[in-house]
Amino acid sequence: MSDSSEESTKPVTDDEHVDKSVLSGTGMHFPWLQNYIESVAIGGKRKKDFAQTTSACLSLIQEALLKHQWQKAAEYMHSYFQTLEDSDSHKRQAAPEIIWRLGSEILFYHPKSNVEAFSAFADRMKNIGVMNYLKISLQHALYLLHHGMLEDAKRHLSEAETWRYGEKSSSREILINFIQAYKGLLQYYTWSKKKEEFSKLDKDDYAYSTAAQNMLSHTWKTSVNISGLIKIPGVWDPFVKSYVEMLEFYGDQDGAREVLTNYAYDEKFPSNPNAHIYLYNFLKKQKAPRAKLLSVLKILYQIVPSHKLMLEFHTLLKKSEKEEHHKLALQVLFGVLDFAGCTKNITAWKYLAKYLRQTLMGNHPAWVQEEWNSRKNWWPSFHFSYFWAKSDWKEDTALAFEKSFVAGLLLGKGCRYFRYILKQDHQVLMKKIKRMKKSVKKYSIVNSGI
Amino acid sequence: MKMTVPRTLAFCYLSLLWQRETITLSDLLRFVEEDHIPYVNAFQHFPEEMKLYGRDKGIFAVESWPDYEDIYKKTIEVATFLDLPRFPDITEDCYLHPNILCLKYLMEVNLPDEMYSLTCQVVKMTGIGEVDFLTFDPIAKMAKTVKYDVQAVALIVVVLKLLFLLDDNLEWSLSSLAEKHNEKNKNDKPWFDFRKWYQVMKKTVDEKKQKWEEARAKYVWKSEKPLYYSSVDKPVAYKKREMVVNLQKQFSTLVDLTPTTEKKKPSSFQFNWIEEDTDRTCFHGHSLQGVLKEKGQSLLTKNSLYWLSTQKFCRSYCKHVTTYEESNFSLSYQFILNLFSFLLRIKASLLHEEVSLIEKKLFKKKYTITKKKSSRSKKVRR
Repeated sequence: MSDSSEESTKPVTDDEHVDKSVLSGTGMHFPWLQNYIESVAIGGKRKKDFAQTTSACLSLIQEALLKHQWQKAAEYMHSYFQTLEDSDSHKRQAAPEIIWRLGSEILFYHPKSNVEAFSAFADRMKNIGVMNYLKISLQHALYLLHHGMLEDAKRHLSEAETWRYGEKSSSREILINFIQAYKGLLQYYTWSKKKEEFSKLDKDDYAYSTAAQNMLSHTWKTSVNISGLIKIPGVWDPFVKSYVEMLEFYGDQDGAREVLTNYAYDEKFPSNPNAHIYLYNFLKKQKAPRAKLLSVLKILYQIVPSHKLMLEFHTLLKKSEKEEHHKLALQVLFGVLDFAGCTKNITAWKYLAKYLRQTLMGNHPAWVQEEWNSRKNWWPSFHFSYFWAKSDWKEDTALAFEKSFVAGLLLGKGCRYFRYILKQDHQVLMKKIKRMKKSVKKYSIVNSGI
Repeated sequence: MKMTVPRTLAFCYLSLLWQRETITLSDLLRFVEEDHIPYVNAFQHFPEEMKLYGRDKGIFAVESWPDYEDIYKKTIEVATFLDLPRFPDITEDCYLHPNILCLKYLMEVNLPDEMYSLTCQVVKMTGIGEVDFLTFDPIAKMAKTVKYDVQAVALIVVVLKLLFLLDDNLEWSLSSLAEKHNEKNKNDKPWFDFRKWYQVMKKTVDEKKQKWEEARAKYVWKSEKPLYYSSVDKPVAYKKREMVVNLQKQFSTLVDLTPTTEKKKPSSFQFNWIEEDTDRTCFHGHSLQGVLKEKGQSLLTKNSLYWLSTQKFCRSYCKHVTTYEESNFSLSYQFILNLFSFLLRIKASLLHEEVSLIEKKLFKKKYTITKKKSSRSKKVRR
């Protein structure tokens, strides 16, 4: 007896109307079609098991590395080496780099590995094919540096410098520049050590001139090596710093200034706040005109408004004669305290308190109002909550005092923070608190009803 | 027809079949994968005098394990090519007879022994136990041989469907009944509980599968003797080999020398179930009482429904079955297929095909009726 209840199971058949377009005009979508198309593209050839097992091996290695299972990674790596003999030429050529990257990671972290093992591995991998020599040499040298073996690192870098095989390409050029620059950095380090010894020597010491000569030769080598790299756009902080230090030591201020200005202002270089900081510090030492200093710091202000140099910026702006600078000085201070990292910076608060008082006393209360408008919604709970009052007072009474002054000026004497501090009993600050109370009463923007 | 390594393996299988050895094709291929039979780097065992180069590389540099369907096709090819006569009969006492193979697989998959009588019944009803059906005859008009192992396993799947329906519903309700009964009657022979069996098997198979995948990922295809195409390539090939060996030596120092598990001897059973083992329940002795009910002299299954794996067969020469699209079937069915296809190392779609073929024979009448009606599968009540 057949039951006529129906149960429909739609079969997936190789339909007669297999459309070229997966998405037809009526908006219908055939997800299973993609598989068929893909299999036709490779001629219906099945992927070889060799390829399948090696790619499974690769993902297992990557997983083990992610989980820091060095032992397991080494086990699978052992089987992965056979990709160097892959019959597929594309895979065979790509294999050395993959093996180098994974293998060097494993050797770096595995407890049983050591410098000799790493060096042996690097030497082997370097010589497989010509494309990887420079990259591996550089990474090998960095590894040695990491383990404090400077002489060996320098030696490897020198060897790599003279590598002439492989096609000339832009990446190769950059690699060579890198290698030279790191070598230069190592030479700078030796120079720096010699400088220290030198400074301890007396002018009449017999070793003085030879030491000086020695240092000079190092300098020349270093400058040649580093100058090539820093012409290329990039972030080269340690190289630039050491190079400039050497130039300054030998009195080549112009050269140093040129390098730093280039580093900071060349548009091709990525935006780098450190560049501006170095330039600023250099100009400060040189006692450059204020206008110049201000222009450098202005750029820094735009990139990193929370930097501690902003306080110096503020002082410079205050001293200036232009009114727009005075306004900017106020903006800068507010800007610094917008950031969570600076909330406990007592200098910033002190400056702000002083300057607010000054501005409100003077003829620019409108400036304060302008700055406060965008902040009055969130600064009270960010800086001046009751919780902060208690914890700041416990931690640092001077900080709490300055903050409360600002709070009073901006929020009036009714503000919780202000009132809390007033209630506190403190011998040293008693007088100051009294004076603050007076100022707040007089100058707070709440009072003036703006 | 040119000889290749897969064809050689097919030829070996033919000889095993001729001698009616107690080894199935899936066993043979599994032994190859487990390196008990030289295949991937067979040329390593050749004597020194035999130099391999040129086109030998294409033949002997094997980069894939043998595939069941591929070898199966090749056995027929080779047998036809060699003009072999009809093979020795496969009778009821041969290992390859479905009755015996079913028993073996039932044991291996930890199913109750009581299912054996059901499988024998289905064998009788479908006629797949007949000597003429089972024996390989290459000179017959359309040479075909039977996939003995796949067929036996498909039989078990059909019987499971008969008993439990496997529609993601009935099997679980029957399990709850069995569980309740077993709780109350702890001293009797326990009723077979599908849910418990599922849990035990899933865990065991998942573990085994993971180990299998890891072993495959670690498999080393390249041999100590590199194969090269011409004398120009020889030094390069040897240099590469030396490099790989050095790298491997270096990294083997990083790997803890675990007590090297002795390479397991080839065995035709992948799973072993012991009655006394409390960790892994052995279901051999369990009773099917929970799913059968008495009707007069005979027993009927409690389940009276069945669904067909395929509703239409291709009427043309190939007679192929509709493709196995997982999402169309119940999860229990998918689990069962995946379990058995892992056991035999074949694709689930192949097993599904075989199941459909058995059903075709079993419900022959129903299929002729449905051909006339529209293409919808019918639930069949017996």
